[in-house]
Amino acid sequence: MLDLTYETPKPKVIAGAKHDWELVIGMEIHAQVSSNAKLFSGASTAFGAEPNSNVSFVDAAMPGMLPVINEYCVEQAVRTGLGLKAQINLWSAFDRKNYFYPDSPQGYQISQLYHPIVGEGEVLVEMGEGVARLVRIERIHIEQDAGKSIHDMDPHMSFIDINRTGVPLMEIVSRPDIRGPEEAAAYVTKLRQILRYLGTCDGNMQNGNLRADVNVSVCRAGQYEKYQETQDFSHLGTRCEIKNMNSMRFIQAAIDVEARRQIAIIEAGGAVVQETRLYDPDKNETRSMRSKEEAQDYRYFPDPDLLPLEIEQAWVDDIAASLPELPDAKKSRFMGDMGLSDYDASVLTAETENANFFEEVVAACGDGKLAANWVINELFGRLKKDDAEISDSPISPARLGQIVALIKKGDISGKIAKDVFEIAYTQDRDPEEIVETEGMKQVTDTGAIEAAVDEVIAANPAQVEKAKQNPKLAGWFVGQVMKATGGKANPAAVNQLVTEKLGL
Amino acid sequence: MSDLTKLTIAGARDALRKGDVTSVELTEACLSAIDAADALNAFVHKTPEIARDRAAAADARIKAGDAPDMCGIPVGIKDLFCTKGVASQAASGILEGFLPEYESTVSQNLVDAGAVMLGKLNMDEFAMGSSNETSVYGNAVNPWRREGSDAALTPGGSSGGSASAVAADLCLAATGTDTGGSIRQPAAFTGTVGIKPTYGRCSRWGVVAFASSLDQAGPMTKDVRDAAIMLQAMCSHDPKDSTSAELAVPDFEAALTGDIRGKTIGIPKEYHMDGMPQEIEDLWTRGKEMLADAGAKIVDISLPHTKYALPAYYVIAPAEASSNLARYDGVRYGHRAKLAQGDGITELYEKTRAEGFGSEVQRRIMVGTYVLSAGFYDAYYNRARKVRTLIKKDFEDAFAQGVDAILTPATPSAAFCLGEMTDADPVQMYLNDVFTVTVNLAGLPGIAVPAGLDKQGLPLGLQLIGRPWEEGDLLNTAYALETAAGFVAKPAKWW
Repeated sequence: MLDLTYETPKPKVIAGAKHDWELVIGMEIHAQVSSNAKLFSGASTAFGAEPNSNVSFVDAAMPGMLPVINEYCVEQAVRTGLGLKAQINLWSAFDRKNYFYPDSPQGYQISQLYHPIVGEGEVLVEMGEGVARLVRIERIHIEQDAGKSIHDMDPHMSFIDINRTGVPLMEIVSRPDIRGPEEAAAYVTKLRQILRYLGTCDGNMQNGNLRADVNVSVCRAGQYEKYQETQDFSHLGTRCEIKNMNSMRFIQAAIDVEARRQIAIIEAGGAVVQETRLYDPDKNETRSMRSKEEAQDYRYFPDPDLLPLEIEQAWVDDIAASLPELPDAKKSRFMGDMGLSDYDASVLTAETENANFFEEVVAACGDGKLAANWVINELFGRLKKDDAEISDSPISPARLGQIVALIKKGDISGKIAKDVFEIAYTQDRDPEEIVETEGMKQVTDTGAIEAAVDEVIAANPAQVEKAKQNPKLAGWFVGQVMKATGGKANPAAVNQLVTEKLGL
Repeated sequence: MSDLTKLTIAGARDALRKGDVTSVELTEACLSAIDAADALNAFVHKTPEIARDRAAAADARIKAGDAPDMCGIPVGIKDLFCTKGVASQAASGILEGFLPEYESTVSQNLVDAGAVMLGKLNMDEFAMGSSNETSVYGNAVNPWRREGSDAALTPGGSSGGSASAVAADLCLAATGTDTGGSIRQPAAFTGTVGIKPTYGRCSRWGVVAFASSLDQAGPMTKDVRDAAIMLQAMCSHDPKDSTSAELAVPDFEAALTGDIRGKTIGIPKEYHMDGMPQEIEDLWTRGKEMLADAGAKIVDISLPHTKYALPAYYVIAPAEASSNLARYDGVRYGHRAKLAQGDGITELYEKTRAEGFGSEVQRRIMVGTYVLSAGFYDAYYNRARKVRTLIKKDFEDAFAQGVDAILTPATPSAAFCLGEMTDADPVQMYLNDVFTVTVNLAGLPGIAVPAGLDKQGLPLGLQLIGRPWEEGDLLNTAYALETAAGFVAKPAKWW
């Protein structure tokens, strides 16, 4: 495997009225665990069901109901931890976070404050070719999601939908290692990519299956390095937490506007107040949700309904053995073994579906670089035109591989191949059959090509003379021959013969 | 057969199998007794139709020769157990009108065994209390009275309705629950037997939670054999309760040999409390002698952290309760306050909970909220948890030294008068649990056995504490004590 080395990106610097300021960002990502059943009840997690239809007695917090941990969710959390190269805690425990809200029927959320299932890990966030930030993960814990309160359906009443209550979440907490809005978005993108590779979260941000709380602070140059040396937060500025964002665009905009707000306060001689804020995309501003003083006292304590979660190392090892190849490894293999460019490898590994499709094309044609070219430029371009996903591709990877193989063999030229592709794509036909039926096979018979070359030379004596003065005109002869052969002549053979015959 | 209601479970089982009596007859006798005992206020929701249906079904099962021990036995169910389609209010106004769509595992186990539910039994609200006076239904009354007095006495709590009903022969046995002594104290106050099994022996699923790490269900019966039979039917491993033990349930009745020769009984010196009535001391001494006469070895032991148990209990139990009771918010079921114009969600919570919860429940919610709050968590809750660990270790050390069971008084006094403690410091009431809470904190099995009468003619009980999961052994020691004590007194009927 190719060992990739990276340079650390520069932090984002915002110029204030008096000084330059650097950004320091930590994130808490709430990722819905891919699981058909809820975390502590057997109810379904299906999205979009009739309100209050995916609700068990446990979710509705009926008297005497008890939670029972869903083992699959634990497995998914462990898998995620392993995917983030994190420490797996064989002993973890659940705590209750107590607060009153109608969409939290129990009056508490079951979470893991004191003993999370996953400890420290890391995520490599690439910021362009050869540049990447290593973001440290502090912990991952599993917890219940809350339901939904609906306030805009009736002027006098609120409605509650507790379908989402008890849906399993992983909260992935980073260290404050992210240094700008673009890095924040790239971090979420990378995390999402890994989770999707692992199959532990579908990453659907629109449905709220991946949401981010962002902690933002600003500091002067050099302060962050002091923090890094000492891990002492006092070197950093006071942070504000922006809650619950589910769009990459909003995450970036919110960080930028929040940082500027803090800078303005500090430069005016004020102090940033630690608090929770909400981002309003319509006004592009953050607003105070509650201050530290108003912060609720959640009265966390160990949930007495649940025994500590003890798992076996052997079980963890089994999960580790079943992990798929992850984006970093795949990318480095594509670059190292197949000679792909950084860009091509990144594009092809962005989604597992892309990578898998690509690998099947390679399997059918045996040429990584050519296959990458065809997948990225032809297939992706064509799919985009149809606004289609790769999973809906009308051409199978095997057929696309056939086309690439035909090019490699010299049976068709790249130009003809595009026509073959279009026919295969739109008419669901086999490329070899297309080439055969449509008579598109490249002429490699030198005799036939030679005859065509001779014909063109004989018919254009003036051009021949000019070409002898200016060898660049050989291209004109090649074009004429290609035209005469309906594009089926092997361009390399034509080139060679033209050069020979013209005596260049 | 006369006086069917006076039968024990074992007696009724044998009579049913012999065909001397039918479950329908037994059930009708109990239903009549219940109807005639409204003055005791033990049964708060009567279920005669269910009882008659189940009795008929039980008779059919008995006839078919498919009759578990509890088949056809009329029992009462504490209101804390959710029973499908039957009011289950935990004696609280906040669960007014609540009809569960499910049956608790323990009551379902009894249904499966063919037991006949007569109705729901009174208790302290959410099992918080030691006198049954915190019940929204009004208190149950002890069928026992002091000699020459007609003052109404408490049946104890929280399982006061269960104790009263069993002592007054309204049912053959009843379910109880015990978080800090709620089975054993009322049993001691009413001359009945009550066992709290090892934590995890009975499923908590479907039992309204008070303090999850302490709550256990158990039977309240007329004698030790019945306790063994009924406990057997109530226990099971339940995958729906993560704290339910994955252990086979042994044959408890088979353990009742009465032979305790060679057993070692520990007498903890810390259970000699200042100001404890001489009668209790004397009873304890007699208990020691009876066990020694039966061949057991009596040894003095020390459980050094005992004095911290009650304070630790009254931190941990309210802490868990404050969280467990958060679900009663008026949003989905039970009582919901009428709101005024402009009231919002905060008013809905405040008014609903102020109206729905009684004052003792409110007190414990506030105490629990306080001890878990930021800044106090370590000083109270965490310290109490450490004490709990030490108390558990005290017992482990005693058992490691070869002690098989520990003998203590069950309560610091006999049943007291209803209303006597109304204006007292709540801590006076909490002191009722002083001998029993250690057992819950350590998760051990404990049983109260009637061992004598005080000079006013009221029953007094002794408590035996056993090794975890060895209820059979504990029941056998209790059986030997019961046999030696020969307690046969019954309350004179006045109701």
